[in-house]
Amino acid sequence: MARNVSTRRKIVVTVVAWTIGILIFFPILWTFLTSFKTEAEAIASPPSLFFFDWTTENYHEVQSRSNYFLHFMNSVVVSFGSTLIGLIIAIPSAWAMAFSPTKRTKDVLMWMLSTKMMPSVGVLVPMYLLFRNTGLLDTRTGLVIVLTLINLPIIIWMLYTYFKEIPGEILEAARMDGASLSKEIIYVLTPMAIPGIASTLLLNIILAWNEAFWTLNLSAAKAAPLTAFIASYSSPEGLFYAKLSAASTMAIAPILILGWFSQKQLVRGLTFGAVK
Amino acid sequence: MNLRTFLLGTCSAVALSGLAQAETLTIATVNNGDMIRMQKLTDDFTSKNPDITLEWVTLEENVLRQRVTTDIATKGGQYDIMTIGTYEVPIWAKQGWLLPLDNLGADYDVDDLLPAIRSGLTIDGKLYAAPFYGESSMVMYRKDLFEKAGLTMPDAPTWDFIAEAARKITDKNNEVYGICLRGKAGWGENMAFLTATANAFGARWFDENWKPQFDQPEWKNALDFYVKLMNDAGPPGASSNGFNENLSLFQTGKCGMWIDATVAASFVTNPKESTVADKVGFALAPDTGLGKRGNWLWAWNLAIPAGSQKVAAAEKFIAWATGKDYLKLVADKEGWANVPPGTRTSLYANPEYQKAAPFAKMTLDSINAADPKNPAVKPVPYVGVQFVAIPEFQGLGTAVGQQFSAALAGQMSVDDALASAQTLTEREMTKAGYIK
Repeated sequence: MARNVSTRRKIVVTVVAWTIGILIFFPILWTFLTSFKTEAEAIASPPSLFFFDWTTENYHEVQSRSNYFLHFMNSVVVSFGSTLIGLIIAIPSAWAMAFSPTKRTKDVLMWMLSTKMMPSVGVLVPMYLLFRNTGLLDTRTGLVIVLTLINLPIIIWMLYTYFKEIPGEILEAARMDGASLSKEIIYVLTPMAIPGIASTLLLNIILAWNEAFWTLNLSAAKAAPLTAFIASYSSPEGLFYAKLSAASTMAIAPILILGWFSQKQLVRGLTFGAVK
Repeated sequence: MNLRTFLLGTCSAVALSGLAQAETLTIATVNNGDMIRMQKLTDDFTSKNPDITLEWVTLEENVLRQRVTTDIATKGGQYDIMTIGTYEVPIWAKQGWLLPLDNLGADYDVDDLLPAIRSGLTIDGKLYAAPFYGESSMVMYRKDLFEKAGLTMPDAPTWDFIAEAARKITDKNNEVYGICLRGKAGWGENMAFLTATANAFGARWFDENWKPQFDQPEWKNALDFYVKLMNDAGPPGASSNGFNENLSLFQTGKCGMWIDATVAASFVTNPKESTVADKVGFALAPDTGLGKRGNWLWAWNLAIPAGSQKVAAAEKFIAWATGKDYLKLVADKEGWANVPPGTRTSLYANPEYQKAAPFAKMTLDSINAADPKNPAVKPVPYVGVQFVAIPEFQGLGTAVGQQFSAALAGQMSVDDALASAQTLTEREMTKAGYIK
């Protein structure tokens, strides 16, 4: 009897989980399907889900109109670059705050987070002027710097939470064995925190990949990443939903695939903490 | 050194010196069909000017506007040529942000530009931007539905006729709505339509002393008329419909009439996109007998930011892209129907164009009937038909648009919407120093 209930429960849970999963994934699936329709089918009502004349015309059009590879490379450099630099700065600072907290550590953490509370557009003009004066407008270096700064608070917060769960005694033991500060961080702390660091890395690559305010406003022709590529296909005057969908699919595909392959790390890091 | 190395070396030296001489123009542009077509045809320009290479930054209209405004206001210098609308040109020219286009060449023929369009781009007698394509608004209607209802659309209808016809055609059970009009809040969405329509009802945004006029009976008439008509004969959820939503409704056969940008004519008559392509007729935007029609005037224009280092090359490009030969080039490559409309008188005199574009005459008449320097029945202190060319208008127009959109959705009454539009406009205009 008990077994029966648990089977039924399993089925219910599975169905609920799948339903929620499909609901969340549906917009992406819809974009993907629309990218294979003609413009007329894309706006047809009622819309057809799978039974339409599949066409790759939109992808051809997008390929011939834009330099996808340039935008893609810019996205890769900007998101990976900013995340890696962010990690290099964040690991020591999160270590300091997790293992040698002072009276003001909590305030410092809050203060860092407070930089995320202002709407970006509020500092657009000063940032633009800084970038103009330093020659960083429309350069990958400039975008890497700005995205590093933007995501740094999140990286530090995430790492701080993971590090907090590592028992300080392990680090003490390492110290007693004569490990220097840098050795302690590199050989003891980092390997133990790998799942946490990995999920921080992935999450921040995704955030940087999708960042669409600074990457659009501080780039022009040379450094524009995939966000600008998408922006060149949405149009308030004219229905080009199929082409827009094709461009969006091409823009999110790399990060989606990366996310799928690293799902295990991501889920483990986000749900279980560092050493449990 | 063998021969291959020598040749390779020579080639790269030549290539490098070529690169050193070439001048790169960065062009910011909107992503509408005509602009995309131009990007495809630039080989013609670069083959005639091998020392100039072109780099494109194509963006959606609103993103582009924010992007180029930031750049020009801070003198960022990221773009050598900017695509801007008729709203920006007078404001930016007054700020000294644009260079006057004095050297477009002898055969450019400035006098061939349509007078209405040209006057919106000319400040103190100088042309500050060259129009790439121009548009007005007009009535697009379904000839089959009109015939079925026993109606005949006049070339120049009145609002009373439009309202009567819309109510007659409406068949809500079959999802056919007499009229589709913009309702989505935004200075370039519902306010473009409502500002232009209000002109026909004798209303105006400001009197000669910049005092807002939403408390006047003309505005009440106009807004009342619009809300009632849309409630009776408009599609459900009209308060969130903009250009694209109405285009999609019209193309799928759900609208009897649609009053919007003339550029929509080529979309709704294109059999690849539209299910009603062969059933569409055109008429001038309606009036109320007061002497002004509710047709607006817009153009996308190419301009050179002040302080540009590449003025000569930029002027060469602008002369190419907005010149007469470009129209011919498009016609040769893609047919006359795809030529960018609304900029040159000579295009409308061309019999081949008239044949290819059935909406040509209506577009020309609509553009000619718009007068940006004298848009309303009563005198106004501003330039612009469907907008007020002051920097504050983007914010103001959107805030007022939200009130009017709420009135259409039934969330507030027309009187309340007008009263709050009046209050907020008065407050902003006082703050900005227009009202002393």
